[in-house]
Amino acid sequence: MAAILLIEDDPLVRRGLQLALRGHGHDVRTADTGEDGLRELRASGPDLVVLDLMLPGIDGFEVCRRVRESSAVPVIMLTARGDDFDVVGGLEAGADDYVVKPVQPTVLDARIRAVLRRGTGSADGVRVHRDLRIDTTALTVTSRGEPVSLTATELRLLLTLSRAPGRVFSRQQLLEEVWEHDYLGDSRLVDNCVQRLRAKIETNPATPEYVQTVRGFGYRFGPL
Amino acid sequence: MTWRPRGLRARLLVAFVLVTVLGAAAAAWSSAGSASRALVDSTQRRLTETVADQVAAVAPQLTYPPDQAALDRLRAAAGPNTLVTYRDLRSVDGADTGLVTEELRGAVRDRGRLVTQRIVTEDDTPWLLVGTPVVATSPDGARTPSGIEVYAVRDLSEVEERIDGLTESAIGTAALALPLAVLLALLAARGVLRPVRDLRDTARRLTAGDLGARSEPQGADELAELTVTVNEMAASLQASMATMSRMQADARRFAADVSHELRTPLATLTAVMEVLETAADGMDADANESARLAITETRRLVRLVEDLMEVSRFDAGTARPRVEDVDVAAAVRDCLRARGWLDRVELAAPAGIVALADRRRLDVIVANLVGNALRHGGPPVRVRVLADREQVWVEVTDGGPGLPEEVLPHVFDRFYKADAARTRTPGSGLGLAIALENARLHGGDLTAGNAEGGGARFVLRLPRHGEDA
Repeated sequence: MAAILLIEDDPLVRRGLQLALRGHGHDVRTADTGEDGLRELRASGPDLVVLDLMLPGIDGFEVCRRVRESSAVPVIMLTARGDDFDVVGGLEAGADDYVVKPVQPTVLDARIRAVLRRGTGSADGVRVHRDLRIDTTALTVTSRGEPVSLTATELRLLLTLSRAPGRVFSRQQLLEEVWEHDYLGDSRLVDNCVQRLRAKIETNPATPEYVQTVRGFGYRFGPL
Repeated sequence: MTWRPRGLRARLLVAFVLVTVLGAAAAAWSSAGSASRALVDSTQRRLTETVADQVAAVAPQLTYPPDQAALDRLRAAAGPNTLVTYRDLRSVDGADTGLVTEELRGAVRDRGRLVTQRIVTEDDTPWLLVGTPVVATSPDGARTPSGIEVYAVRDLSEVEERIDGLTESAIGTAALALPLAVLLALLAARGVLRPVRDLRDTARRLTAGDLGARSEPQGADELAELTVTVNEMAASLQASMATMSRMQADARRFAADVSHELRTPLATLTAVMEVLETAADGMDADANESARLAITETRRLVRLVEDLMEVSRFDAGTARPRVEDVDVAAAVRDCLRARGWLDRVELAAPAGIVALADRRRLDVIVANLVGNALRHGGPPVRVRVLADREQVWVEVTDGGPGLPEEVLPHVFDRFYKADAARTRTPGSGLGLAIALENARLHGGDLTAGNAEGGGARFVLRLPRHGEDA
């Protein structure tokens, strides 16, 4: 059960998704434009935003960017299948995941629950790596003593990687563990999220210290 | 400008040169001939007259019958290379008098007047022989042959040399015409060939697909007419092609637009189907069945529209593979596992075959081939993954009756139904067409045939290192 803000311009699709997600136990508020959605976000403070990219007025990408400026609330995009432009643009704007329209409510519900499932594995206390401090119980991260604001997905990715420093995770493994996607998960989700995570925790994101790339395999947590 | 011995240019050139040379040679030959004839005649006349005059000047002073001294005197007057005879008396001067022929002597004696003869000795020297009887004029004026005959031998070499000179200058003049002829031939050839070559180039561009290619007609001759005709042909071809491709594009855009428009209501339907499904359990039997029909058909419709949109993307050329290193055996196994097919399929796939591929598209292809085999073929359905250094093959065979000969060429056609009774299968009728397009998008291909045992056999081939490898 989560408080969801659904931003979708088509009234019937909006109503249909609202009914379906309510059927899965969620509390769904709706908005029909980006402007309206941003207002509603500030007013109601939902747990998660489901965002259609094709919107009149300011489009979904811009809405996503503005959401990210002020909030770490998870965003799941609704895109058209095969529209890579949408997927890439949406991920760069800071979306956590995407689903393809027409989406089965069960699939959307599974993604919503996956994004919101923050604490993975056992909370084993505080992990300290050089200047990075990860509190797995309070789910907070500080870098050089400064708190870092991570989205649910970024946090979960960091928790997953830092659970086993030095172990190489393939993109597929990360998609399954962090996003709970099946074997057809989109590896761009991982790469994009890694980039955003690095921008927040690395001193120099171009030469990452904590989230290291293992060419041809995936990622691992350092320093070793 | 390339030289082609068999080309029009060469043929024109040869023809021009031949005509010019023959014409010039004929003109030179005929003018040199008539000039030399005139020269020989005049020389011969002059020599003959000289001999006759000299003889005539001395003849009246001769006594009859003449003695040797008289003959010598006569001979001296007639100049060198002269033979004077009177019966058995002879007066000779010069080595060449031996050339005087018996034929000439006979003619002089018989006709009793001046006779000439031209001969050529073995060393190619031309000679003029002049023979004349000396006529005695008695005091009463009567003229009688005196029996003295004068034979003069004159060298014609000088004339011959002048004739040779004439011929040479004639040949020289004719030779002057040769470069002129070549030049003219080249000019004429260019005039004819340029439009021909323009036309050839235009035809080549048209063949290569550049339907905007045209030639500029020059002048008003047959070539210009041909050029105009070719231009008209190209214009009409271009217009037809434009119409056709516009219609094709319209049809494709229409399919894409329709699919796109259908997606929004389908998004609503898909969203509420689950609610309906949950509620259907509490409905009475008819309502429940109706709800379930609506749900099933909505899912079919969703799949059909998705497939149509995928086909539209292939048609529009906007489909892009998103390639990454894929363990093909693992991908095939995942595909089968996700659909619950692992128990129904014999899978022979060695691990570690990695290829650069689009995971989702590979899944679509394998799911389609195996799905078809399970639905239309008979057990056992076998999937084998094979590879060499460059390629990877995924072979799907079934134990059914195989594909009929007449069906084979059409299995990849859109909406092709091999069996009219099978029109209500869960597929959209686009599955194999999409699978083939996906294979080609990878730079590979997909082929259909029958296995030796009789079942259908589909083979997907993909390059391991991407399209450019």
